[in-house]
Amino acid sequence: MPKIVLKHMGVEGVNRIDEAMKRGAYSRLSRGLAMAPAAITDEVKKSNLRGRGGAGFPTGMKWGFIPKDAKTVYLVINADESEPGTCKDREIIYWDPHLLIEGVILASHALGCKHAYIYIRGEMIREHAVLQRAVDEAYAKGFLGNGRVDLTVHRGAGAYICGEETSLLNSLEGKRGWPRLKPPFPAVKGLFGQPTIVNNVETIANIPAILEKGGEWFASLGTPRSGGTRILCMSGHLNKPGVYELPMGIPLRQVIDEICGGVPGGKKVKAVIPGGSSMPPLDANELDIPMEFDALMTDERIKPVEVKPGIPFDMGGGKKLRTMAGSGGVIVMDEDTDLVAVTARIMRFYAHESCGQCTPCREGTGWLARICSRLAKGQGRPGDVELCASIAHGIAGNTICPLGDAAAWPMLGFLTKFRGEFEARVNKSLKPAPPPAQSGSELVQIRSGH
Amino acid sequence: MALAFSPEARQQIEKIRSRYPNAQAACLPVLHLAQDEFGHISDDAIGAVADVLGLPQAHVWGVVTFYTMYHRHPTGKHTLMVCTNVSCMLRGGYEVLAALEQKLGVKAGGNSADGEFTIIEEECLAACADAPCLIAGEKYFLRLTPETAVKALEEIKKMPPDHKGHH
Repeated sequence: MPKIVLKHMGVEGVNRIDEAMKRGAYSRLSRGLAMAPAAITDEVKKSNLRGRGGAGFPTGMKWGFIPKDAKTVYLVINADESEPGTCKDREIIYWDPHLLIEGVILASHALGCKHAYIYIRGEMIREHAVLQRAVDEAYAKGFLGNGRVDLTVHRGAGAYICGEETSLLNSLEGKRGWPRLKPPFPAVKGLFGQPTIVNNVETIANIPAILEKGGEWFASLGTPRSGGTRILCMSGHLNKPGVYELPMGIPLRQVIDEICGGVPGGKKVKAVIPGGSSMPPLDANELDIPMEFDALMTDERIKPVEVKPGIPFDMGGGKKLRTMAGSGGVIVMDEDTDLVAVTARIMRFYAHESCGQCTPCREGTGWLARICSRLAKGQGRPGDVELCASIAHGIAGNTICPLGDAAAWPMLGFLTKFRGEFEARVNKSLKPAPPPAQSGSELVQIRSGH
Repeated sequence: MALAFSPEARQQIEKIRSRYPNAQAACLPVLHLAQDEFGHISDDAIGAVADVLGLPQAHVWGVVTFYTMYHRHPTGKHTLMVCTNVSCMLRGGYEVLAALEQKLGVKAGGNSADGEFTIIEEECLAACADAPCLIAGEKYFLRLTPETAVKALEEIKKMPPDHKGHH
């Protein structure tokens, strides 16, 4: 299995342009820029490349949504990597920024974009320095500017929500990072009101190889509906945690046992978050699933998420929620892990990061954080477990952006598979849970970390 | 006292401004620059950014208070961004944070008495495979234990301060 996007991980010096060019950087430009823009998009469609930021949307199809008569088109690269458990884009930017820039130039040609932006997470101070230096080098060599596409690196300033594409666009426009209602979708009305494509770093870093070796080659590497390789960020209780570029669809058990050397102390796996902390967990019986977009959503070996025991969560039209491949952030938890404490930490995160626009998310994430926190301390009140499920169900699907779902899904997912652990934390001597709306003071404490 | 950008900073702002079709889009980068220049984003710094970009102060205030990285109060010379999110938590992130808090005599969110450090409890820093981690300036400290984290303080002290605005 060839490595495409992490080929240079760990190779010192490739983040400087001379060394990068010796290893092939910018070598795909002459051919790519000579192609008709539509031909590039066709090649990407053929490649079955799907977005690596979380949703897995087909990239070529997304590019096709730009209106034919668009005058100004923007390409925005989402480098705001902040989904807990995800640490791949940072590696690409640090080790191989010129691969990303080459991808930006080729994608910009396909889209008719004259000025592209890379929105990089504010906390990535080192990566911002490396990327800005690489952009300056590419300008100096004439790959950027001067009739070719301009590229600006834009630093975020600390807000998970800005990884959501419309929030990112508002942030790039110099505003608070509030998500926008869709439609209109960014491909029609995005950055500065113009048609805009937002793609993840890993997605764009795949473009040069697709143009070099062809869409069919790329598609042949993957599964029938998803081309290329897949980066998995393996963290948690593993002997060899790491960032690995692997065959698309590799079974999770093989990644844990063979690639990552199993769990320390020979312990058993209790739970695995397969795609960043917003995804429902898998339990120990669900480790033979291929790590691939469709399988994680539809494989019937994965128990569907429930709103209460026996009643599946309905994503709309009766569609069940199992889990998702998300951003490739895989967090492995061994048999001794306190999953109530983990859930409480996850809920605290989403409460901290809720932008505050939509009531169900703004209030609900705070309630979930408080209730899970008291459960983790063994101070849960009778009714708390049901209350968590009810609040999560009330958030899911009722907000402008997916942050609400990102809190609700793991809440319901952990309850579906590990309900007993939560029930064991209810202190029956306490009075039943008060209605959650009463106290705001604890929420203020939750947010006062910064 | 009203704050003013240095001539070098003004040049930098012009350059930033030229990368966007309107002045408002320069708000985040210019705030980063202001924090570097002035050390933190005081009300006066908000005024200076609003002036230089021709934006309402209320807009700039709204932006500043939305994002966690703009500091409204003076910080230590070095900000320690310590992750306690799930991947770090599973491998001792809270123990690392507690060791730093104890060593520096200050809770997360505060500054050490000698003005050297600010501890911030961070959300996921995208270094999960090398958890637990902290970032100081341009450097990552990875696979930490409470001992190696405390030891890292000596190295961090020798690094340049995060912002020029520290005297």
